[in-house]
Amino acid sequence: MLNSRRLVLAHFWLAFTVFGLALVLGAWQMFIRSPLHTWISNPEWYYRSLTAHGTVMGYVFPTLVAMGFGYAISEVSLNQPLIGRKWAWAGFWLIVVGAVMAMIPVALGRASVLYTFYPPLIGSPFYYLGVVLVVVGSWIWVALMSVNLHAWKKANPGAPVPLPMFANVAGSYLWGWTAVGAALELLLQILPVAFGLKSTIDAGLSRVFFSWTLHAIVYFWLMPTYIAYYTIVPRAIGGKVYSDTMARISFILFLVVAMPIGMHHTFADPQVGAGFKFIHSAFTALVALPTLLTVFTICASVEIAARMRGGRGPLGWIRALPWSNPIMLAVAFSFVMLGFGGAGGLINMSYQLDTTIHNTQWITGHFHLIFGGAIVIMYFAIAYDLWPHLTGRAMRDLGLMRLQLWLWFVGMIVTTFPWHWVGILGMPRRMAYYDYTDPAVAPQAVSVMLSAIGGFILLASGLLFIVILLRAQRAPREEAGLYRFSAALHPPVAVPALNSYALWIALMVGLTVTNYGFPIAQLALRSDTSVPAVYVGANP
Amino acid sequence: MSDDNVLSPRDPWFRRAVGITAGIFVLTALGGFIVLPYAQPELKVSGLWDAICSAAGVVRTSSAQAPVQPDPKLTKVVITSALPATPAPDAIGRGATLAQQCAICHGPTGVSRADSPNLAGQYAASIYKQLADFKNGARVNAIMSPFAANLSERDMQDLAAYYAYLPRLPGYHPQQSQPAPKIVINGAPMRGVAPCGSCHGALDNKTGSPWLEGQPAAYVKAQLQAFASGERRNDISQQMRNIARRMTPEEIDQAAEWYASQPPTLIHTN
Ligand code: HEC
Ligand code: HEC
Ligand code: HEM
Ligand SMILES: [Cu+2]
Repeated sequence: MLNSRRLVLAHFWLAFTVFGLALVLGAWQMFIRSPLHTWISNPEWYYRSLTAHGTVMGYVFPTLVAMGFGYAISEVSLNQPLIGRKWAWAGFWLIVVGAVMAMIPVALGRASVLYTFYPPLIGSPFYYLGVVLVVVGSWIWVALMSVNLHAWKKANPGAPVPLPMFANVAGSYLWGWTAVGAALELLLQILPVAFGLKSTIDAGLSRVFFSWTLHAIVYFWLMPTYIAYYTIVPRAIGGKVYSDTMARISFILFLVVAMPIGMHHTFADPQVGAGFKFIHSAFTALVALPTLLTVFTICASVEIAARMRGGRGPLGWIRALPWSNPIMLAVAFSFVMLGFGGAGGLINMSYQLDTTIHNTQWITGHFHLIFGGAIVIMYFAIAYDLWPHLTGRAMRDLGLMRLQLWLWFVGMIVTTFPWHWVGILGMPRRMAYYDYTDPAVAPQAVSVMLSAIGGFILLASGLLFIVILLRAQRAPREEAGLYRFSAALHPPVAVPALNSYALWIALMVGLTVTNYGFPIAQLALRSDTSVPAVYVGANP
Repeated sequence: MSDDNVLSPRDPWFRRAVGITAGIFVLTALGGFIVLPYAQPELKVSGLWDAICSAAGVVRTSSAQAPVQPDPKLTKVVITSALPATPAPDAIGRGATLAQQCAICHGPTGVSRADSPNLAGQYAASIYKQLADFKNGARVNAIMSPFAANLSERDMQDLAAYYAYLPRLPGYHPQQSQPAPKIVINGAPMRGVAPCGSCHGALDNKTGSPWLEGQPAAYVKAQLQAFASGERRNDISQQMRNIARRMTPEEIDQAAEWYASQPPTLIHTN
């Protein structure tokens, strides 16, 4: 059952429209700070663009994809009409208003504070209020997912919650809790200063609050992708999920340990004690576990599909896979990028290695590969898979779809590999200008040019993606049939403890208290930790 | 529902999940708060409690040295776009009267002929801040400081309003067509120096940054040298000290000469 098509389509269209715009900004940034272009003379334009690009790509775009996909999952997997559709629209409009409200001051140069807010830098309050509205809109989604699940549970006592919905709700709870950190930062620290009620700010405490959000937001971005791995890919290539239980365990592990590890983003910060950094670092190692489980389960599921299609031999089955199917292509590319990105992540999470790449272009290269690459390419796959069911029209451009995915994959590799490399050479991130005539920087010129070329390949791919969706929207009508998610090899019968969340949420909150309680309390209680705010874009 | 009582200590899932999580936490805490502090001899922990406190980020009391006190003579002014507060209606008139004692050095029209800074048309926020800093000792100058010492809050605001109101005078600028030096337009990114123009105008105006066009070259140069040596330290968050320290003597000369040669009309205020 997929009744709320307009709702889901609205989320997807808005998501992909803002994505397309932010992609143009990304390519522009890459180009103008490369040796291919002369210095634009005013760094302010760069930071305006960067704030817009980061805010859209980090907050608006993935949130909309997760929400739209979540509503579809709720209806399809529970086979029950969405409860609270009016509220869902309200959430959608909150995001529209919030995004516009945030982007106007950014465009005017009143909020060039970058998407991580960068206190003590303070911009126009409307920027932060806009971000708050986006978060509040997404919290409506969190509540609706919970309401829908409970209604279904009431109607189906004791039955195992379908995996897509189980994962979806785990993701929504994770987001609901992890967004609290940034919300506290905005409400308690930044907004009072932005409104002029206070003129000093505890930048260290703000950063700790932000780290509460910053790691698990990555898993929130990643949730739709992982859900697609488990519940779309096996069905799309003619196979089954190798283990339903393994999938549930992975999502539960994300829920419990993705959030209380955010201080690995503050390794270089003096305001956090080394002991807490160590605890967070150790728990970070744990969060690799669900990803490893996922990689294993998905590889096994894909192998099942290949063998069902007649593949044989220890590796010969790979040739039997339906490579002309865009979903197959997307998941393969996604895994390759996840592999490289994950290897880079191991470097970021270890205290000592991190010091060599902290705040360098390595970091931006890393998260573009993982987020822009491994994660976003599956957003494309989700859209391709759902589109005929949402529009009621055929999707015939298989060749174009494959081309688009190839371009995204090649573009991402061409962009991010040299990007990592210049980071190792020491090129700092978030800078508008590099003097390539300086002997210390000259060796990085070629790599940066390669990245810029990769950026244009990505832009071409992104625009092609939008063209494909538009063309499909105007294709002849065709009934797409019933939408369904992958079946498990052994469908779940009873799933003790992996059917509800109370225990896991309790652990998540408990770990938040143990891992964040003291550092936050200590900074909040000390009176000597605030610094004067620096207002941007105000008149002299 | 079968899964509702999972949240009870009698449920095996509950016991296992909580047990494993607590176990990992205790192990990592032992590592982070006890093993690691002892493994770092340079920390010189004086006992178990000290090790734990140091790892928790508590200010350590074991150190024999007194904690370093920040220099009390730092600026107390917080710069916002609304500074100083809206002037009283008679502020400019009062400021003009007060400014008579300043004229010997800063010129009767706020334009100096003696290498003292020009004040006519300077941003009110900048004038107010400098006066407040002279008064509280955050900025020290043997000639200027005595004149700020006895100014009241209201005096400083009125003087700021008065000087901001005066028109900037074009003056004599023989070489104004010379191109802006690199340090002004590009900064020195490899040394972390932002372009002067990104704060002082031409590229962008950042609150609290005075305009510099038409200031005497000797004055600009002296200020940059004072920032570099740390003799002047009233800039918030070391904004200017960090820049001046990394400038070469040639760049200081170039910037000073160029700013002195520019007519103040180049920039606009409101
Ligand atoms: C005896 C000469 C003298 C008198 C009188 C004097 N000043 Fe100054 N003023 C100076 C000098 C010299 C400086 C530069 C100080 C330095 O080099 O650090 C200065 C600096 C300043 C500055 C800082 C300008 C800037 O751009 O940073 C302000 C504002 C100022 N004076 C205002 C006043 C006011 C208002 C009065 C009258 C109440 C006054 N001055 C009287 C000599 C004088
Ligand atoms: C990050 C912004 C920023 C940049 C970039 C910057 N400045 Fe400044 N500058 C300031 C601020 C703010 C002040 C006022 C400091 C204070 O509060 O006393 C200042 C003060 C000065 C003064 C003293 C003016 C006076 O009358 O007191 C001089 C001279 C100066 N800057 C020169 C330069 C030069 C030359 C450059 C480029 C190499 C430069 N600045 C770059 C922010 C900046
Ligand atoms: C055409 C493709 C893209 C290009 C060329 C590009 C380029 C860039 C550049 C140059 C930066 C600034 C790095 C710096 O200054 O240190 C940046 C930042 C960023 N990008 Fe992209 N990007 C692209 C696509 C994406 C995608 C698809 C995403 C995620 C969906 C994304 C998310 C981000 C984020 C979150 C930041 C951080 C902003 C910040 O540091 O404040 N980008 N990008
Ligand atoms: Cu992280």
